[in-house]
Amino acid sequence: MNLKLKIWRQKNAATKGKIVNYDINEVSSDMSFLEMLDVLNADLTEKGDEPVSFDHDCREGICGSCSLQINGRPHGPDGGTTTCQLHMRKFKDGDSIVIEPFRAKAFPIVKDLIIDRSAFDRVQHAGAFVSVNTSGNTQDANATPINKGDADNAFDAASCIGCGACVAACKNASAMLFVSAKVSQYALLPQGQVEREKRVTDMISQMDEEGFGACTNTGACEVECPKGISITNIARMNREFIKSNLKS
Amino acid sequence: MKIGANFPAKIPEGPIKDKWTSYKNKIDLVNPANKRLIDIIVVGTGLAGGSAAATLAELGYNVKAFCFQDSPRRAHSIAAQGGINASKNYMGDGDSDYRLFYDTVKGGDYRAREENVYRLAEVSGNIIDQCVAQGVPFARDYGGLLDNRSFGGVLVSRTFYAKGQTGQQLLLGAYSAMNRQIARGKIKMYNRHEMMDLVIVEGKARGIIAKNLITGDLERHSAHAVVIASGGYGNVFYLSTNAMGSNVSAAWKIHKKGAWFANPCFTQIHPTCIPVSGDHQSKLTLMSESLRNDGRIWVPGKEEDAKAIRSGTLRPTAIAEDDRDYFLERRYPAFGNLVPRDVASRAAKERCDAGFGVNATGEAVYLDFAAAIIRYGKEKALVTHQDANNEALVLELGREIIATKYGNLFQMYEKIVDENPYETPMMIYPAVHYTMGGIWVDYDLMTTVPGCYAIGEANFSEHGANRLGASALMQGLADGYFVLPYTIGNYLAEDIRTGAIPVDTPEFDAAEKGVQEQLERFIYNKGSKPVDYFHKKLGKVMWNKVGMSRNAKDLNDAIEEIQAIRDEFYKEVKVPGNLDGFNEELAKAGRVADFLELGELFAKDALKREESCGGHFREEYQTPEGEAKRDKAFQYVAAWEHKGAPKDAKLHKEMLDYKYIEVKERSYK
Amino acid sequence: MSFILSSIGKKVAMSLSAFFLISFLLLHVAINFLSVVSERMYNEASHFMGTNPIIQFVMQPILILGVLFHFTLGFVLEFQNKSARPVKYEMKNNQLNSSWLSRNMIYSGLVILAFLGLHFYDFWIPEIQYKYIEFQDPNRHRYFAELTHKFEDPTRVGFYTVSFILLMMHLLHGFQSAFQSLGVNNKFAPGIKKTAWAFSVAIPLTFVFIALFHHLKH
Repeated sequence: MNLKLKIWRQKNAATKGKIVNYDINEVSSDMSFLEMLDVLNADLTEKGDEPVSFDHDCREGICGSCSLQINGRPHGPDGGTTTCQLHMRKFKDGDSIVIEPFRAKAFPIVKDLIIDRSAFDRVQHAGAFVSVNTSGNTQDANATPINKGDADNAFDAASCIGCGACVAACKNASAMLFVSAKVSQYALLPQGQVEREKRVTDMISQMDEEGFGACTNTGACEVECPKGISITNIARMNREFIKSNLKS
Repeated sequence: MKIGANFPAKIPEGPIKDKWTSYKNKIDLVNPANKRLIDIIVVGTGLAGGSAAATLAELGYNVKAFCFQDSPRRAHSIAAQGGINASKNYMGDGDSDYRLFYDTVKGGDYRAREENVYRLAEVSGNIIDQCVAQGVPFARDYGGLLDNRSFGGVLVSRTFYAKGQTGQQLLLGAYSAMNRQIARGKIKMYNRHEMMDLVIVEGKARGIIAKNLITGDLERHSAHAVVIASGGYGNVFYLSTNAMGSNVSAAWKIHKKGAWFANPCFTQIHPTCIPVSGDHQSKLTLMSESLRNDGRIWVPGKEEDAKAIRSGTLRPTAIAEDDRDYFLERRYPAFGNLVPRDVASRAAKERCDAGFGVNATGEAVYLDFAAAIIRYGKEKALVTHQDANNEALVLELGREIIATKYGNLFQMYEKIVDENPYETPMMIYPAVHYTMGGIWVDYDLMTTVPGCYAIGEANFSEHGANRLGASALMQGLADGYFVLPYTIGNYLAEDIRTGAIPVDTPEFDAAEKGVQEQLERFIYNKGSKPVDYFHKKLGKVMWNKVGMSRNAKDLNDAIEEIQAIRDEFYKEVKVPGNLDGFNEELAKAGRVADFLELGELFAKDALKREESCGGHFREEYQTPEGEAKRDKAFQYVAAWEHKGAPKDAKLHKEMLDYKYIEVKERSYK
Repeated sequence: MSFILSSIGKKVAMSLSAFFLISFLLLHVAINFLSVVSERMYNEASHFMGTNPIIQFVMQPILILGVLFHFTLGFVLEFQNKSARPVKYEMKNNQLNSSWLSRNMIYSGLVILAFLGLHFYDFWIPEIQYKYIEFQDPNRHRYFAELTHKFEDPTRVGFYTVSFILLMMHLLHGFQSAFQSLGVNNKFAPGIKKTAWAFSVAIPLTFVFIALFHHLKH
């Protein structure tokens, strides 16, 4: 199939970007979206143009590197997938495809379609851990049984890949789905109890400092999340935050 | 030459089960106040690097950690699906440290160092304790205790798991431990930084040259020790299940500075991957080994049927039962579809080479769930008192059960291949997955460069010639959490008075100049072909001639061809953009340059190993039935010393004696 | 203080003020509905509300503050949220992942604000003038006539109807959303959502019904 691509090109964080049009022909429907971009980049390189920069690594939907806004939706039109697992058979011959970076004040653009998501790391530094030494002198793994339901819910929350689609989808560029997934994981497990209150206040305060918006419960994040993380986690985080503030 | 006086493996004395304990009791320690004066560089933040960085920082060292990704959480350990082994014996099925040790050595076809493997088994239980304490959400049963499953043909259930995302959960656990230390200021994290070279001062590893991938600037970082945890080199095949960025460069750079490279030809080819669909393909996708518990592997028994399928005129479901060749069940009646990875992969290749492959490229076999669906459906119908003879009902019930077990894998398959595996059999083909070979290390995990360590998949490790399922995660975390933090202290105890290592020295100047020159060479080269052109070309040679089955002629050809590709690469490569700013093509060029050297050493190692064992299969050395033929004379680790070019590399042999295990033939018949 | 400055704190404050305003709506619609049932009851209830000192001097200022608070904070949040994405997308496709209602609370809110302005102009200002500036005779029988008189004008009834439909839209997202902001999303959530939906539809429709009832009766 033949496609018209409209791709955001931006040299670096300091310069302004713009949409540039490219025609690409003979795209196979078995290609992944990123392989289609590989083909474009090989063409550009051979012509002496600079290839389009985009983040990608595992290409199997788990590392969370890829981060493209495709036709107005994070990771494109296919539900429950990352960009690397989106295949060209979801498009038709003659389609025009707008490709942009995830946009948020907290995710400045590095180059073209690459963004800086270190804000997510800093939120995690603020408290996304259990303060236990990695010495191995911990109690036996089976010493504290954990209710299966809680363990499963903690796992579901922990399956977040940190791609930032929630921020990209949210009209407020809010990071609450991401932060709440981590807060929930620890709030549900006995290991997370000791630092429970401090963790949620520290992480929220860092999240606010990074310049993310606030949640208005539109639910867009949940729909676009490639891992199907539920906004019940946001409710849990709100609860945790309120409780923590009532106690202190 | 045997590894002798120069670089002994430094195995402690005593019975095998006491070696690690007595070692820990005797080594030198660094007191807490002095640890503050010592810097350690960790390159790579996967399971091994991440856990090492966190633990070293916690002990009090100043850690500088580097990763080329935008966050340590994206290292490719995250993609491991199945699980992590530990000899906890929670199931009460007779597991023990010894049994895990035994299974690992045997699974590795007796090409691993006994003492290291025993230590691995010994600390395996602690890993689970540690991860649970960190809040890793392992699967649990209804009583709230940890669940285990069985894996890869061993006789006990010792695999802990978190659905199909065990690697992700363990990595996020290590990442959380890192976060704690980053917040305390004990780890300084360098994201989007690539190690470009090792700096050696007075014979000791004292720092690295790193490139900031965003600005393009070269940076000098010094330390008292350098830890390489940069993963495996499967991407030398271009197509593999590794991440696009996975590379050999850090390991190759230290090899060129004196670290020996061991067993490069030991590569694991995983049988259940989604087949290649065309030339545009950039990466292969693995599907968990667990699928082989219920799927039956077959190809058409008649060649004309295979041809008809390839041309699209025949559907696999139309082939009668008698006209199907369930080749694993036929060849290995005892283990059937559950033979180890190396055996299953080779058998699939043998059928495809014989002309029975089933997709357009002829390189795929079927993995069929129809029988399992009917079996489960009937069971369920009986249990729920419904009509077990109602075919539609049985199919529906059976599909539901299969969906609960493998739903996410089936969904992934359907997304990639666009066929419904509940109705048509899946197509699979082996793909490069893991490299057992790597940098040679002693018992301390130190390379032949003093002060330079290699951990995780980057070292030649505990897996011998073939790795068992769910053992890679175990080894990465064992090295990082429990082994390296002790052994490195033994070396650093001498460094407490050294003080900070200056970076304005001739050694750093020279290393930086070398890196700068190579980068300039790429940018100013007047070539015409993109980096991937050469990478794909190398990959094809590696796959066709140094892949699942090898012979002397092909290997000799491969060596020549790789040399030719390398020459062409330096003449013809075209790297767009500038030296400054983000330039992925430039980064790729450096990595492919190293793969082009490693590939040759890889082929040379395969050529010199005149036997078949584990992942290494030489056509000249097989039994009349086509099984691998091992040779006692090759019961050694082949450690290669760099001597200017891969063809001149010098072989050192570390002979392997098995005192605690009887060496037997592996048979799965 | 840090609580109310935090993103979640602001959301909690929005929710609590919303619940307060919703409870006021409930009271308001109940009294208005009396006008359909019986003129006498409506007049008595209105007189009580209009003359009781606690209602007039405690509840009324609290209500006005509540309205101001909800609107002001709404604007502050909208401003902050907008600034969290300084460069807009070239192409948006939000309708595929979220409802129009949830994305446009600021606009439904603004129309309601405009309506409140009119409502104050129509009812509240004349009432204040009547009672506290002109000190007219507290006639306990005047309310019903005033009400029906206002609904004679078809333009006003039309605008009134439109405003309440927007209120319905605001409530349809806002009411259940307030529970989520307060952290209530558990096994009762589906029930809460249904109740909130029913309430959000019923209250504005009742207001519209009352207006049409009087308009058509006239």
